[in-house]
Amino acid sequence: MSKHNRLLLVALSIIVVAGLIIIPMNFNRYGLYILSQWAVMTIAAMGLNLTLGYAGQVSLAQGAFVGIGAYGAAILTTHGWPLIAALGLVIVICFVVGWLLGYPALRVQHHYLAFVTLAFSTLMFLVFRNESWLTNGIYGISNIPRPEVFGFPTRKPLPFYYLCIGSLGLVTLAMWWLIRSPWGRAFMALRENPIRAQSLGIDTRRYTLMAFAIGSVLGGIAGVLYAPLTQYVDPVPFNLQLSLDLLMMVIVGGSGFMLGPFLGAMIAVLLPEWLRFAEGYYLMLYAAAVIVLLIYSPSGILGILDRYLSSRRTQAASALRAAAQSKLEAAQ
Amino acid sequence: MSNLLDLIVAGLATGAIYALVAVGFTLLWQTSQTINFAQGEFVMLPAFLMLAVMHLGAPFWLAVLVGVLLSALLLGLAFKMLLVDPMLRHGVLPLAIATMALAIGIKEAVKQFFSAEASPFPSIVPAGDISVLGRAISLQSLGVLAVAILAVVGLTMLLNRTSLGHQMQAAAQNPTVARIIGVPVERMILLTFLINAVLVALASLLITPIYLAKFSSGEVLGQAAFIAAIVGGFNQVRGAIAGGLLIGVVDNLAAAYISTQYRAAVPMLLLILMILFRPQGLLGRAEERTV
Repeated sequence: MSKHNRLLLVALSIIVVAGLIIIPMNFNRYGLYILSQWAVMTIAAMGLNLTLGYAGQVSLAQGAFVGIGAYGAAILTTHGWPLIAALGLVIVICFVVGWLLGYPALRVQHHYLAFVTLAFSTLMFLVFRNESWLTNGIYGISNIPRPEVFGFPTRKPLPFYYLCIGSLGLVTLAMWWLIRSPWGRAFMALRENPIRAQSLGIDTRRYTLMAFAIGSVLGGIAGVLYAPLTQYVDPVPFNLQLSLDLLMMVIVGGSGFMLGPFLGAMIAVLLPEWLRFAEGYYLMLYAAAVIVLLIYSPSGILGILDRYLSSRRTQAASALRAAAQSKLEAAQ
Repeated sequence: MSNLLDLIVAGLATGAIYALVAVGFTLLWQTSQTINFAQGEFVMLPAFLMLAVMHLGAPFWLAVLVGVLLSALLLGLAFKMLLVDPMLRHGVLPLAIATMALAIGIKEAVKQFFSAEASPFPSIVPAGDISVLGRAISLQSLGVLAVAILAVVGLTMLLNRTSLGHQMQAAAQNPTVARIIGVPVERMILLTFLINAVLVALASLLITPIYLAKFSSGEVLGQAAFIAAIVGGFNQVRGAIAGGLLIGVVDNLAAAYISTQYRAAVPMLLLILMILFRPQGLLGRAEERTV
């Protein structure tokens, strides 16, 4: 990437971040709620993007980890724990469970892996619904308090939105660092060619499990934010459909692209709001839009951009070649 | 013990329906690597098509006929031409995601254009019990079982005994060689999609009188069919049949003897154990088409 392009990228991200901070200031309660939800779902989708997009392991269990996070936060904060302590515990739990869920991935791949994780999702849903002593069953847990961050209460929608967007920022930075670290390269090697990765001395076992564990932790973090956002947690939002939706977000946005989950979550969370005018038809339009997009570009929205950029780059390169060629001929 | 027999018969009946759906599922996977996440919705839709035709005043038999034809057209031909064909060359995952979106679309369309409420559906088998060896057994269960077995036997005969069936198997196992020896592979693939559409329409006809016609009923059914297909063997028609029957019986017994709350967990645990210890399924061969 040239220096000019990098400057452009930095300027663009500053504008986007500033926009995300300033524009919602005069949004109403509902608008802020939807935007906060977008931030939360983006975090969860980023986790899945690491597992699927970078490490190439299909998972239909991300929704279950959001559920674990949400229930962890709900149960602990209603018992007087601070949210940050709940976050710590959830991270540990999700890491361990995600690590264990990775073991099937060492034996089976593709659709088999999808179905193992699907089964895990369904089992977790049953636990949320049936273990009433812990989760209060179908009645759910209400009156979940919103935390104080460095002494600032976040009870109002705007401060809580800032908490969500701030968390999203931190997670994005961490992810950006991870992808560029040797670990990120190892994950991609795993996706592209596991056998070659292994022959180059990458411990594919460990990295497969790690991809699941870290991806699951991000799902848990999203859940920890989800609980105080809705202030009410019941089993229904964490059924299999959430996992399917998150998978759709990653693929539609563009799996394996850093910005994919942002766009995917935007389409999944914000598009239905924009399609309100269509009333009962909006989910149908949404489904049709996803199908048409995937037929046109199976690598998602960012796949279109990527194709456009690489074709421009090839054109630029061939133009340079042609110019050099003619110069060479003139010199001879 | 008397209760056990009832449970097993009822389990076999639902299991036979799962088997029909699972067979269609494996057929699509074998011939065109399509993991159809909308398979459950494919079973839900034909019942509503039949109901719609009946609303127009047609008698039940005509409605069934039109329903089966429509489902062959929509869920067979249109599904293949409009969704699977353009996406197939891009690999398994985008296509699987597209079928997830399709499932949402079908569900919402039924909810919007028909009804969000459950509607009753006429049964092709009369209600009542018959006495077998001094025990009363539900006629409906037996009827469902009989029709499903007939369908499965017919399909197996088609696949194993006829030239058409052999061509279909060849097209599934090795499309390149099949093409070389003159099998019209494209037509064979289309045929499996049509067979799948007819199978789901049949399953719809059998299961809807028991569980009512509801837009969301496909979710459970689709999952049961996936599990049946994997437990039995993803690349074997008879594996899918065995898996379907097994899941039906296990599900019923789990509900009665283990816990109604966790009945759905038992097939899932079976699935996880199966994948971990015998990924090729009960009757399946180890996957031939490795990537």
